[in-house]
Amino acid sequence: MEGIRRSARRPMAVAASAVAVTALAACGGSDGGSGGSGSASGESCTNEIVNADAPQVSVWAWYPAFEQVVDNFNETNDDVQICWTNAGQGADEYTKFSTALEAGSGAPDVIMLEAEVLSTFTIRDGLVDLSEYGAGELEGEFTEGAWSDVTNGDAIYAVPVDGGPMGMLYREDIFAEYGVEVPTTWEEFATAAQALKDAGYEGYITNFPTNGNAFIHALMAQKGWEPFTYDAAAPTEIGIAVDTEPAQEVLSYWEGLVDEGLVSTDEAFTADYNTSLVDGTYAVYLAAAWGPGYLQGLSDADEEATWRAAPIPQWEGEEPTQINWGGSTFAVTSQADDPELAAQVAMGIFGTEEAWDIGIEEAALFPLWKPVLESDGFATREYEFFDGQQIQQDVFLEAASGYQGFTFAPFQTYVYDQQTQQLFAMVEGSVDSAGALAGFEKSLVDYATAQGFTVTE
Amino acid sequence: MTTSTVTTSAPGRGATPTEPGRGRGSRIEHNRQRWGWFFLTPFAIVFLVFLVAPLGYAFWMSLHTSTLAAGESFTGIANYQRAFTDPLFLEGLLRVGKFVVVMVPIQIGIALAAALVLDTLATRLSKFSRLMIFAPYAIPGMIGALMWGFLYSPRFGPATDLFELFGATAPSFLASGTVFGSLVNIVTWQWSGYYMIIIFAALRGIDPAIYEAARIDGANGWQTALRIKVPMISSALVMVVIFSLIGTLQFFTEPAVLRTVAPGAIPADYTPNMYAFALAFSYSQFNYASTIAFALGIVVFVFSYVFLYLTRKKSGLK
Repeated sequence: MEGIRRSARRPMAVAASAVAVTALAACGGSDGGSGGSGSASGESCTNEIVNADAPQVSVWAWYPAFEQVVDNFNETNDDVQICWTNAGQGADEYTKFSTALEAGSGAPDVIMLEAEVLSTFTIRDGLVDLSEYGAGELEGEFTEGAWSDVTNGDAIYAVPVDGGPMGMLYREDIFAEYGVEVPTTWEEFATAAQALKDAGYEGYITNFPTNGNAFIHALMAQKGWEPFTYDAAAPTEIGIAVDTEPAQEVLSYWEGLVDEGLVSTDEAFTADYNTSLVDGTYAVYLAAAWGPGYLQGLSDADEEATWRAAPIPQWEGEEPTQINWGGSTFAVTSQADDPELAAQVAMGIFGTEEAWDIGIEEAALFPLWKPVLESDGFATREYEFFDGQQIQQDVFLEAASGYQGFTFAPFQTYVYDQQTQQLFAMVEGSVDSAGALAGFEKSLVDYATAQGFTVTE
Repeated sequence: MTTSTVTTSAPGRGATPTEPGRGRGSRIEHNRQRWGWFFLTPFAIVFLVFLVAPLGYAFWMSLHTSTLAAGESFTGIANYQRAFTDPLFLEGLLRVGKFVVVMVPIQIGIALAAALVLDTLATRLSKFSRLMIFAPYAIPGMIGALMWGFLYSPRFGPATDLFELFGATAPSFLASGTVFGSLVNIVTWQWSGYYMIIIFAALRGIDPAIYEAARIDGANGWQTALRIKVPMISSALVMVVIFSLIGTLQFFTEPAVLRTVAPGAIPADYTPNMYAFALAFSYSQFNYASTIAFALGIVVFVFSYVFLYLTRKKSGLK
């Protein structure tokens, strides 16, 4: 999915070329446009309002093909209309939302957020608990893992939309050409990497991006890494356990591959990386369910390429564990004029099969809504990019149902920045994996303490 | 400069030179001042609303501390104490300090050399060269940095192919050890032309008769350039150095743009301005970000003041 890949990105400094003192102070809510105007006017909507008499709810979202979903919603709802704005992807949008929260106005009524940033905004009282507005009834319509990502105790902070269960996309032609078996475990993966190299393959089995953010989190989570304990009900307490055995094992595994030159360490989501993904430089793309959609959108692809999807490798001798990378939700902001109406919209946008027809067909989203997720049509859908392989049934459905949820920190951007710095130092060779994790943990504990948290390690 | 134009364009003083006219003169003076204020009003309003008020507000914010868990409280100058002991801020300052030491002399050196050469040539080629040297400045900083990001890329940039011609491997321009030089290169490329134009304009302002006198006295081209021209444009040079100094201390655009392709080599707190940006917009610490911005402002002010003080004779400000 076009949008979520950017989750790993840093906020682009487009408008900020001159961060003067003034910019810091005066950045109010000028960006918001439609923000906060809720039912006031529809003039700044990207979409056409079908039913002009109905109250409007402003929505920020960056899904591809979202306009069609909005039109579908507006045409089928007489009592409420969506006024949609694309306020940027991922971090770009969060920056605006965060600024609007600071300013006290300018936020939309409903906002698309990745699950990983929900606690970043709940701690700033930016989101409305949807349990008051009947969101609890939706629990049965989502998988356990997806639901746990948006809830905290009895509080429900968002409605899940799409997910990023992980699988392994690989170049069948490359593996066949060099006569290497497709790996199913990480141990086999390392052997295959060496075998490919020995057989004369000039690329790398895959890439280990130091700015992989949620991707790196997911790899470590597969071994049972639970870096944070955080409960929105006790917002001043946080448990940080970053430098633990699962993380050490996973990181030293990748450190080994990097040191032997078996994987590359290109920064992800750059033009170089995008080209390498599709021109045969990488034989494997460890991807989320939105990955195929992402691949298809890239140019300079090797036309001879034969892509296949397989389950994510597992650790030998351990219970198979499914992991998730990205995925998004709809939340209602604390600046919503009419939280009840906004909640109705947040729950309703992707609550119909028509909306999901568009979401799956046009935007290549992976639905978390069970009526679609568990439908035969979705499971047996054949993907042309994979020469007709039923990738959902083969790979992602199982990955999604096995995912147990993950707790992120309420300052996740900082966590990602620190992770990037430590991993970069590791691949440059200035620290080893143990040192990187120790530095990572220390920086987070220091930061959390300075931010007034009671930290338990 | 402005004051000198005001005084010279005040014929009123000449019209009432005698003492008896003093009462009338001061009324005229008074009237003139009122009109002065009147014409100043549009600017003054914009200045107060968009510069002074936000500055005041940012300063007020910088006196408060807001943390994620503990909320906001008034803490006076505690934030400033924290800023000037914050290793990230100090490292950033040290880094821009290094940029100042390396980048300012290179830029000014290139600009001065180009201006002196162009000043002595009078062919059509010199006009064209002047335009070409200036051209990078006409490209917005964002675009320039993005473009260089591609040029530095091992896949899209020319370096890989060029080095291959000689059988060598191209260095990585975006590794942590080389990114400093890559940034110096971008900024020099972008700004040297601009400084060159300023210096060139100052050179054009020198009376050619002086050169003639120098020639008659037996000065050669080098001597004219170094002993006559450079001293005579020293005030322009001081101004250019000040521009360059302040710009470098506030370094932001180029590293922020390159960060999208080299997030490992350029951390979020690479320069003080980037640190302030990250604090405010990535980590939601608006108060501390204001403090960092002010602290940087103080440092810039001190540096500029010291420099102007040291060069007060050359700059003509004394």
